[in-house]
Amino acid sequence: MPSAEPAPAAGAFHRFMADAARTGTLVVQPRMGFADPARMRRGLIATRAADATTVGTLTLDSFTRVGDYAAAARAVAQGHHLNGYPLVSMDRETTTGVLDGVHGPGFPVQVRHGSARPGRIVEALVAAGLDATEGGPVSYCLPYGRTPLATSVRAWAEACRSLAALRETGAEPHLETFGGCMLGQLCPPSLLVALSVLEGMFFRRHGLRSVSLSYAQQISPEQDEEAVHALRALAADHLPDTSWHVVVYAYMGVYPETRAGALRLVADAARLAVRTGATRLIVKTPAESARIPSVEENVTALETAATAARTARPAPPPPSTGVEAEARSLVEAVLHLHDDLGQALIRAFAHGYLDVPFCLHPDNAGRARSFISDRGRLEWSRTGSLPLGRPVAATPSRRLTSSGLLHALNHVKNRYDDPAALLGRAG
Amino acid sequence: MYPHHQLPDSPRHAVLTTIASDSHTWNLLFLQLLLEEQGWEVTNLGACVPVGVLVEEATARTPDLIVVSTVNGHGAEEAPGLGRAVRAVPALAEVPLVVGGKLDISGTTAPDVHASLTDAGFDAVLTGANAVPGLLALLDALPEHRHGRSHADAVR
Repeated sequence: MPSAEPAPAAGAFHRFMADAARTGTLVVQPRMGFADPARMRRGLIATRAADATTVGTLTLDSFTRVGDYAAAARAVAQGHHLNGYPLVSMDRETTTGVLDGVHGPGFPVQVRHGSARPGRIVEALVAAGLDATEGGPVSYCLPYGRTPLATSVRAWAEACRSLAALRETGAEPHLETFGGCMLGQLCPPSLLVALSVLEGMFFRRHGLRSVSLSYAQQISPEQDEEAVHALRALAADHLPDTSWHVVVYAYMGVYPETRAGALRLVADAARLAVRTGATRLIVKTPAESARIPSVEENVTALETAATAARTARPAPPPPSTGVEAEARSLVEAVLHLHDDLGQALIRAFAHGYLDVPFCLHPDNAGRARSFISDRGRLEWSRTGSLPLGRPVAATPSRRLTSSGLLHALNHVKNRYDDPAALLGRAG
Repeated sequence: MYPHHQLPDSPRHAVLTTIASDSHTWNLLFLQLLLEEQGWEVTNLGACVPVGVLVEEATARTPDLIVVSTVNGHGAEEAPGLGRAVRAVPALAEVPLVVGGKLDISGTTAPDVHASLTDAGFDAVLTGANAVPGLLALLDALPEHRHGRSHADAVR
């Protein structure tokens, strides 16, 4: 551990989430991050004060994400705008000043970043007295840069061990996988579920005992419900001796531009979370389509989600269309490749056993493709070498065109921005 | 949606890239398809491209166009340095160089941002609803072959 002093409120995130799970409360969380410490602090205070059960977020900037700490420091010194809080470049006192009196057992704060080499970020968050972050060796590598997968796997194994070392102080650090997002849209749910479970297992094998498994809202409420239930079933089987919960992300693709459409989408995400027994939801705001949202826009989204959650109840899974079976088959095929899960993940991508549609990273095989079916669901059009365990009825793929891609990317935005959708769910 | 151009015998070559901190790739995939449909051969450098990688790729085989697409809000901060680095290479001094997307975190592109990008060597700054039509118009204005009039003249 880099800090000589014990972290003051360590274990806060784990304990808060465990309590919420016991009482069946949906915890809502923003993706908030500002470079200016005073504004960051105001954002945390506003999140805590929102009419909802909330946890706070420090979302880091893109320079910090790619490890260019000098550029982040230079931009701050020159008063330039960054798209998040440059945690590594700030001195520790600045960050503890942002958190002082705000962060604690009743309001834990998680660091969100997107880095394939998170070592310095983990050091800095532990030094600042925090104990929770997110990401993963695959989910923060393949979709987000050009770091080789093997490098990311090594860096994430080290970062896991460094975060897990907090346990020696009696705290219970928490790590969330971003594996349920993969490019934000157009990834069939079975692959999202498999990656979420595999990364959760990776964290567990590197010493973490408190993890969360993510799933990002896609295009079909029924398919999403089936997927989250599948995620919970696989987690129950593959994560024994682990405290885990499911976190739902409000839609991570092209976001509606209308305020009504954007808020309806986040409300649907909240209902998805409650109906499937997820414990936490990360929201998006009506500003998302155009720019980095303000504090107030974040609070509105949090309260909209919490209100929607209050009207929903847990529901049984919808009839199966095979999401769980596909996800199980993918997970088991990967686990058979190597005893070391990191090596298994590297081999899985090399063989195309894991293959993320539309991902440009050199370590992704790029033989699998997805499409939006007539039923409004994400389906495979090409399965490449994916071991899905059953024949998958794939529609002969038409040539991918720029307008076809744009149409698919805008599917959700168009549906939620359509005024007619106010009368009921369109499509 | 967009008219297809016939693929010429030797297609014009575009390098498609983004700034070093930007992880977004849907914009790059869309632009790759769009340029290919217009008859261009595209080298898509993917996410988070260090300026050195772009310069190396573009120097190894001088392209007929360099397109920088970025949507993470850091374009105003990072793209000027990219433009200057490209223009500092003699072989790339005249290659048409355009930038577009969401260039700062406010959602609007201020006039001084536009000016700083053109000062840094960009021939066009394409944002908002006109970004794609603007790029298509620019492609139409470019000569078929690099050995004609100056590319820079064609897009300015």
